[in-house]
Amino acid sequence: MPPTALLTKGLPKVSHHAPIDRFDETWRTPLSILLGLGRAAGADFIEFFLERTNYISCMAEDDAITSISPRLSTGAGVRVFRGKADCYVSTNDLSFNGLKAALEKGLSIMGLSLPGSNAYIPDINLELLRDYATRKNKEGWLADCSSMREMSDVLLAANDTLNRKASHVQSRRAAYFRDWQEVLVAASDGVFARDIRLTQSVGYSLLCADGDNRSSISQRVGGSSNPAFLRTWDYNATAEEVSEAAGTMMYADYVESGQYPIIMANSFGGVIFHEACGHLLETTQIERETTPFLKKKGQKIAHESLTAWDEGLSDGEFGTIDMDDEGMPAQRTLLIENGVLKNFLSDRAGSVRTGHPRTGSGRRQGYTYAAASRMRNTYIAPGDYSVEDLFASVDKGIYCKRMGGGSVGPTGEFNFGVEEAYLIENGKITKPLKGAILIGEATEIMNKISMCSKDVELAPGFCGSVSGSVYVTVGQPHIKVDSITVGGR
Amino acid sequence: MTDINTLASQVRDIAAQIGVKKYDIYGSSVDETSVQVDRGEPKQVKASNRSSVTVRVWNGNNTVGITSTTDTNAQGLELALKTAAEASEFGATEHVPDFSPEATKPIENMETIRAPQAEVSTLIDRLVDLEKQLLEAHPAIASVPYNGLAQRDLDRFYLNSEGALRHEAHSVASVYLYSKTEQEGKKPRSAGAYKVNVGLDSLDVEGCLKEAAEKTISYLNYQKVKTGKYRVVFSPEAFLSLLNAFSNLYNAQSILDNRSLSKADSLGSAIASPLLSVFNDALHPENVTPSYFDGEGTPTRRVPLIEAGVLTGFLHSAGTAKRMNAQPTGHANMGAKVSVSPDFYHVFAASTPSDSYSLDTAENVILIDDLSALHAGVNALQGSFSLPFDGWLVNQGEKISVDSATIAGDIRELLKSIIYVEPEAEVTPGGVCPRIWVDGLSVTGE
Repeated sequence: MPPTALLTKGLPKVSHHAPIDRFDETWRTPLSILLGLGRAAGADFIEFFLERTNYISCMAEDDAITSISPRLSTGAGVRVFRGKADCYVSTNDLSFNGLKAALEKGLSIMGLSLPGSNAYIPDINLELLRDYATRKNKEGWLADCSSMREMSDVLLAANDTLNRKASHVQSRRAAYFRDWQEVLVAASDGVFARDIRLTQSVGYSLLCADGDNRSSISQRVGGSSNPAFLRTWDYNATAEEVSEAAGTMMYADYVESGQYPIIMANSFGGVIFHEACGHLLETTQIERETTPFLKKKGQKIAHESLTAWDEGLSDGEFGTIDMDDEGMPAQRTLLIENGVLKNFLSDRAGSVRTGHPRTGSGRRQGYTYAAASRMRNTYIAPGDYSVEDLFASVDKGIYCKRMGGGSVGPTGEFNFGVEEAYLIENGKITKPLKGAILIGEATEIMNKISMCSKDVELAPGFCGSVSGSVYVTVGQPHIKVDSITVGGR
Repeated sequence: MTDINTLASQVRDIAAQIGVKKYDIYGSSVDETSVQVDRGEPKQVKASNRSSVTVRVWNGNNTVGITSTTDTNAQGLELALKTAAEASEFGATEHVPDFSPEATKPIENMETIRAPQAEVSTLIDRLVDLEKQLLEAHPAIASVPYNGLAQRDLDRFYLNSEGALRHEAHSVASVYLYSKTEQEGKKPRSAGAYKVNVGLDSLDVEGCLKEAAEKTISYLNYQKVKTGKYRVVFSPEAFLSLLNAFSNLYNAQSILDNRSLSKADSLGSAIASPLLSVFNDALHPENVTPSYFDGEGTPTRRVPLIEAGVLTGFLHSAGTAKRMNAQPTGHANMGAKVSVSPDFYHVFAASTPSDSYSLDTAENVILIDDLSALHAGVNALQGSFSLPFDGWLVNQGEKISVDSATIAGDIRELLKSIIYVEPEAEVTPGGVCPRIWVDGLSVTGE
């Protein structure tokens, strides 16, 4: 514990040896002293975020391992609030003096300075370390993950499977990564929490060519909290799906642009909700007044058939976290219920600036970013219809089976690429289509999602925003959108 | 970060201790500050001082391993070297990377381009003033939701066990302003501008303000366009963003990976209108932040890619150059698998065209200012694109903003359908390029 009645003049004599290779109780003293210094300087709130990562990626191209790339990282960020304004300073230097220098820089940016030579440093009473890593037996995760040898063997076998299942193969690629992250959060309101996260994924892609006909299909599998992820990955099933899609799409016609009813497949089809609505429910958008849902809490913003959640609790999903990057336990947040907006997603700064309660959604890519309100596992809840009901309701439309990426602009306009699409005629799929991009506006599309089936599935993805790239899950059942602009030829 | 000579000495000692004989290191350190404001008040200020190095190690079997680390003290470097040595056991056995033959070649006229960093309070005051001026530019401009003023000092180095030792340093300052309108009965509209230069003093903040204001105001009146085929004029930034999205056309690594629209024997073939020439040139005089060497220590240079419509060059790393019997071009990024990426572009008219065009006289053409969602709407392996855009429908000089439309096509067809490359080029952060006129592109509107 920090000595009582610590004065700044005694600071040089205090020993602060905390290990860089482990974030544990020994960090309590140096961090509470630094937090006290920040408060003594006049900051309203101070937060330290410490991070250690052990990342490795491995790529197989055709029949060779072409890359194994480990990356080790340690760093810290300090956030200083004065009123509703804040600043964020990051550093690689985790020594006491390194962190103190970062704090001093943050204070100076906010117009403050470290207290003088005989000032009293308030005692910041940090909670007993809330250690999710220890509570949930995560300490051994890193050692239990696949070795470099196993990574190589699995990816080569996966690529070989793809070669056997697909035709007209031009290139095959399987890229795996494992991201192990240890974080420690200490804040002047007493938060003191540690966690270990483990995220793994394989991106599998296939390029086929037959003369001028080309198709490229990719699929991602991924999860968190499971060291055995790679050795239990069913690459045969993934290869089957990717090969079949590539073979079908190689000879597809370009979609004719226009207005269509569409049916979007479950699983990664949920990217439409993520982009078109999810981002607009983050308090970062409220702060900028760039969301059309700004003052719509409690109002109907979507078709009554639509209910949607964002949560960090689903076991092993890509966006699952035990605590957010501000030390708050993850939650299950109801976003929309039967079309009515229920909640926004809020981090600490968002809560300070907008008044919406925190939801355990303060997330960041790493120590170089301040946390911001971000999604976790976000999905549309199951509805009452069967998939057959949805198709039967469409005379002429498009089935968007495999979505690509997308984005949403500051005025709510969004777009999504479609990797694998089919024409629907009289309720039946008739032919494959390529080159489709879905274009719309968030406020309009949400009222046009008129039917949801029961088959919710989730899919892993990466989300880039103000606090960097974070792991998320998107998801939905099959849904019908009554009308949307489809860009094509 | 540790001084580069000290770091080189440390690494030499550690490598000798752990039995590593051949290695190279690429590293960088960044000291940056950025500010954002919101309605006259500072919103968030960020500062960062960080460094990282990537080490490559060759083992006795001549396979390579790599590791990156942010821990650049002796212990961190030792761990990185040991981890890289472990990874080298799984390194590729074919086309094994090697040092660039040009890693020790002298680089002439290498300048350290430094500008003094301004006080944070100066950055905030400047940005608050810019926000205020932008809000006052038109009653419909209701907010500037995205804005930023940043300054950065960057140091890069490369060294290897055969004595290569390179270091460069430069400063960069940037400003962006993105404003949004609100008008009764109309959709919100938004537009922005971005400028970059060495330091705050030389940064064209007034130009950024003017461009953001003019674009936003020009978007206030909008209309849908009819779906159909149009003559399209790409702004310099729009054309460069499209060209960059399809850079596999001239990326040697993509070609060797069978992930390109070109093949190794495509050199010499006509891939574009004879009006078009494209060079990649990190050392172009208009590039305010030139890189003098790449991730393998190879000096950067001016590289012809397309000359009068003919594909005449590829971008190379040391490895791709060796495999294709060419010279490295200074476009490599160090990695377990070395990747290749373009630098600053120079696009210009290859010849004086027989016909010239002007927006003052043209009828029913679409001027594309900015392409969106390239990550989603470009299929680089197939050559196709379908992209939302911001722009105007232009009739004899009169411009009206286009509402919610997309443009679609195939890059190979587009390059061949260029009918005019304007003589006047603009300087953008990504390169120097004039407006490019293209016939017969599909636009989806209403």
